[in-house]
Amino acid sequence: MAPLLDVRDLTTQFFTQKGAFAAVDKVSFKVNAGETMALVGESGCGKSVTAASILRLVPDPPGRITGGEIIFEGKDLLSLSMREMRKVRGGRIGMIFQEPMTSLNPVFTIGDQITESLREHRTISRADAERRAIELLDLVRIPDARRQIHNYPHRLSGGMRQRAMIAMALACDPVLLIADEPTTALDVTTQAQILELLDELKRRLGMAILLITHDLGVVAEYAQSVLVMYAGRGVEAAKVEDLFRQPMHPYTRGLLAALPHPDDKVDSEGRPLPLNEISGMVPALDAMPAGCRFEPRCSYAVPACKTADVRLEVLAGGLRSAACLRAAEIDQDQS
Amino acid sequence: MRNALAFWNRFRRNRAAVFGLFIVFAIILVAIAAPFLYPDDPMGMVAQPFLWPLQDPEFPFGSDSLGRDLGAQIFHGAHVSLLIGATATIASVVIGVTIGSLAGYYGGWVDDVLMRFTEVVQTIPPFIMTIIVVAIFHSTIGTIVAAISIVSWPSVARLVRAEFLTLREREFVQAGIVMGMSDFRLIVTQILPNSMTPVIIAASLMMASSILIEAGLAFLGLGDPNVVSWGAIIGAGREAIREAWYISALPGIAIIAAVLGLNLVGEGLNDALNPRLRRR
Repeated sequence: MAPLLDVRDLTTQFFTQKGAFAAVDKVSFKVNAGETMALVGESGCGKSVTAASILRLVPDPPGRITGGEIIFEGKDLLSLSMREMRKVRGGRIGMIFQEPMTSLNPVFTIGDQITESLREHRTISRADAERRAIELLDLVRIPDARRQIHNYPHRLSGGMRQRAMIAMALACDPVLLIADEPTTALDVTTQAQILELLDELKRRLGMAILLITHDLGVVAEYAQSVLVMYAGRGVEAAKVEDLFRQPMHPYTRGLLAALPHPDDKVDSEGRPLPLNEISGMVPALDAMPAGCRFEPRCSYAVPACKTADVRLEVLAGGLRSAACLRAAEIDQDQS
Repeated sequence: MRNALAFWNRFRRNRAAVFGLFIVFAIILVAIAAPFLYPDDPMGMVAQPFLWPLQDPEFPFGSDSLGRDLGAQIFHGAHVSLLIGATATIASVVIGVTIGSLAGYYGGWVDDVLMRFTEVVQTIPPFIMTIIVVAIFHSTIGTIVAAISIVSWPSVARLVRAEFLTLREREFVQAGIVMGMSDFRLIVTQILPNSMTPVIIAASLMMASSILIEAGLAFLGLGDPNVVSWGAIIGAGREAIREAWYISALPGIAIIAAVLGLNLVGEGLNDALNPRLRRR
């Protein structure tokens, strides 16, 4: 079965006074219908730009998508006209953002904003749109939906606003929901509720979710497959179980090793030892190493890494891939 | 409805603004009452010239040097002043909002072209510009309104542009794009309603200045000769100001009242609508 969304060699560049930098450099991944695919990476690794590129939201200037294809439901989104693109946005693909506090328009009621989306994409009567808005608010578990549609956003809590955002994104039954760090701005208990809600909606409505996050715990819990990004490139793609059981890229290994764990060793006085960290910093966009971008921080690096243009290579059985010259060796090393 | 009530409660806290609103309503009433109280042509010579106010009970406001009823002129003048003030304000707001929102939303060369043009218009002294426009075209209410709007819109355009520059980066605009809205819909339904507060405040002040400009034109004899105007009465009374100062003073008081009232209302709107002061 063809994947719902197939991103191939997507390259998004930013043109600044210092020159052109690829914030996203030949990134490829697939999202299958009904599954949650996670893009993981630290701040600035290009995961949000990747998400923005899919809906062609990268501000131009300074950014531009300079290469690759984004095949969604058999069509390349990059070749669509603006008018066709608008039908995809909100119609077939919905998106929710990090900041539910500011993502709702302060001068309109919740109900108005949900019906706005409906009226944009469908010919629907006012009464029907309102009925649908109430239905959507019920769906995202906002209590007392009938009254809440007349409320302004400032009367809702952060979690409730994110629910309202989700309701807006779901208004036209999208088949793909892009969630760009949907819980970063929320407190921990609310985060869990929102993620549970997304997971439940995914199963009930049969839509796919592209989840952008930096939280590996969230990935383990809610995603089926994952692409780890580093400095604008995909470094490892795998099913979630495989990734956590057997990380193949040194960066992924470093990330997993850096997670706190209940069995962490303690020193002689019972205090936990410092967490493992990946030494060094992400290189700046204008100072990228010529070869593997992780090479300067990598404990497995060999001289060849400095020059080799390493890209995702399909590995063991074809179910996963990693962008590392020594991936096979590292794999051996683990087992 | 609840919002309107909350707004009124905030507005009411500023006593001066309520007083201003009272004056504005009073002038509107005067303008509405004019054709009923003085059904005859206010330009008609109906009385003995130079009647002082309260001298003749039939003409409580007195008469001017040609024997025209000053009361009739001031009442009908209110109508003209408000009409010109309101239409010129609406016209400048429409022009200013259109140019400002296009410049602020699209940015880039659109912004450069529109803003340079706005700045060019702003460098021309406004009153001189209105005089030139009225002098070139015939002096009618229409050309006066046009002349006033031509000089007034740049401030609105800059205000709206500044609002758009910050608002278009906000997440709810992104959310609108993600919902598939067109640029036009984004501008009209998402950004514009959020940028109306400063425009409403500016409009009330602009109406006051429009009334002043119109009075100034009429005073110089550049007003529409077919209608009475407060400025024109002052201009006509100027020649006899030493013997009959009341002819210039009465319409002068009317102008002061109108401008003061509108300014106070503008201040009050600012207090009531400004989100930073709202949480007092």
